[in-house]
Amino acid sequence: MEQILLGAVSLGLLWSIMTLGVYISYRVLDVADLTVEGSITLGASVCARMISTGGDPFLALLVAFFGGMAAGLATGLLHTKLRIPALLSGILTMIALYSINLRVMGMANVSLLRMTTAYSILGSLLGLSKTVSVILLGGLMALAIVFTLYWFFGTEIGSAIRATGNNPRMVRAQGVNTDSTILIGLMLANGLVALSGGLIAQSQNYADVQMGTGAIVIGLASLIIGEVLFGKRSFLSRLLSMLFGAMTYRVIIALVLRLGMPADDLKLFTALTVALALSLPRFKDLRDTLKVSMNGRKSHA
Amino acid sequence: MLKVTGLNKVFNPGTINEKTALDDVSLYLKPGDFVTVIGGNGAGKSTLLNCIAGVYRQEKGSIELDGLRIDNLPEHKRAKYLGRVFQDPLMGTAADMEIQENLALALRRGTFRSLSWGVTAKEKIEFRKQLASLGLGLEDRMSVKVRLLSGGQRQALTLLMAILNTPKLLLLDEHTAALDPKTARKVLELSDRFISSMSLTCMMVTHNMRDAIAVGNRLIMMSQGKIILDVNGEEKKKLTVEQLIRMFSSRAGEEIINDRMVLG
Ligand SMILES: Nc1ncnc2c1ncn2[C@@H]1O[C@H](COP(=O)(O)OP(=O)(O)OP(=O)(O)O)[C@@H](O)[C@H]1O
Ligand SMILES: [Mg+2]
Repeated sequence: MEQILLGAVSLGLLWSIMTLGVYISYRVLDVADLTVEGSITLGASVCARMISTGGDPFLALLVAFFGGMAAGLATGLLHTKLRIPALLSGILTMIALYSINLRVMGMANVSLLRMTTAYSILGSLLGLSKTVSVILLGGLMALAIVFTLYWFFGTEIGSAIRATGNNPRMVRAQGVNTDSTILIGLMLANGLVALSGGLIAQSQNYADVQMGTGAIVIGLASLIIGEVLFGKRSFLSRLLSMLFGAMTYRVIIALVLRLGMPADDLKLFTALTVALALSLPRFKDLRDTLKVSMNGRKSHA
Repeated sequence: MLKVTGLNKVFNPGTINEKTALDDVSLYLKPGDFVTVIGGNGAGKSTLLNCIAGVYRQEKGSIELDGLRIDNLPEHKRAKYLGRVFQDPLMGTAADMEIQENLALALRRGTFRSLSWGVTAKEKIEFRKQLASLGLGLEDRMSVKVRLLSGGQRQALTLLMAILNTPKLLLLDEHTAALDPKTARKVLELSDRFISSMSLTCMMVTHNMRDAIAVGNRLIMMSQGKIILDVNGEEKKKLTVEQLIRMFSSRAGEEIINDRMVLG
């Protein structure tokens, strides 16, 4: 059991970096960006290709990050310059990335078994087990990213990006090119998603061209769990709650699998959970209107 | 200061919904001119302001501000010279950001944005003073999210943001129309005070004829995309609402102006 939980936590930490990316597009920019499904696989593909051909696993992560940024740039350009709706722009890039990922890997999946990954380097350096080195590296990177994002969104450019998600018209009236802020935001988001994909591929020792399917839903599930369970107070606590949300999601999945749910039903389960969570505000509204009409009736009596 | 020449704006050209919103509009504003703009629904008042601000691109004509052609610049580049307040109090601010963060965004209007801090401690001290000048108690709530403010408070904040980085031209589009009468008067007084103390050049659209007469040194009336009346100085001071209504009916060839316009 303990082993399962530890595994879930380590996986959650790696996915939390992807969740931070989803937070940037979905919450900060207010864009449902489906590029994510392709860019997480892109990160994995790049790492798989580089490592299986003897490349440095840390350099591979860096390249994965930049690859993801390029994917975000593509979606951003489709959306801002060609005026294609954001959702569709994301889908277009996602589909295009499927072919690109196949080309990067040269086949549908690549195994990294017995090859040098970032974790194996760290593990042999500090004499740690695989799980512990995943938690160490994943945790350090996630925290470093949280604090970097916290700094970044406090800067002039970062503030302008936050405002763009809030009220683009006001931002233009304040002299900011909202095309640029959207581009920067989407690049940053997908860079993080691809980095996360690279870290995941290195930890599970393989990359698969299908691994991104449903990633956006997993990201949203983690995001909502994080917000609901760990608060929405300061910006820093919101960012940190993404880490806890991603880990909690993995623990929940590990538990329901252990309770006997077939693994094939996982995506259905996740989709239903997200649908429920996203509709919670609606239920609350419904309850409030019910209450009001009940009270109204009472006062008439 | 502002020189609009032969401005034409057609919406949905070539379709059955074609609509000429501005029909050969020319307008010259001297520095320090405070012009109130009135006219019926759909007269083209907002379109004129939006063309100046670069929200829409005109079909014909030119716009010059302080000797500089601005009609080719995109909206965010023209923003450097313009302060704007909209009719909808939600439109001028970022709801999920703090009061001080909104002010900081406005302070940087027209400057290059870098990776230095979005709000500095020194700026906060200035903001506190400036917010106090609004007389709404906002100076003690600087880190509150704008979402929590009332419509009037948000509109006053938007006004402050518009003038924070002194604009060459201030564009107010019915910025008091969505407020209750008392709050509307307060926001109008604030606007008038800022405009005269800073000698701003300003165009203010309003449906309220009394307001249009009470503030500013010049009044223009629009109908069907044209300026049909332009009154200045002493002549404007002597105007009455009744005179305006009579002039409107005779010049626009329309009998009645809607109630909102008369009563405000
Ligand atoms: N974005 C748009 N697309 C199509 N038509 C538009 C658009 N904006 C304005 N119009 C049309 O242009 C004409 C002028 O509109 P405008 O908003 O400038 O009027 P206004 O004088 O500001 O009126 P109001 O007092 O109602 O605000 C109207 O007929 C309007 O329907
Ligand atoms: Mg209007």
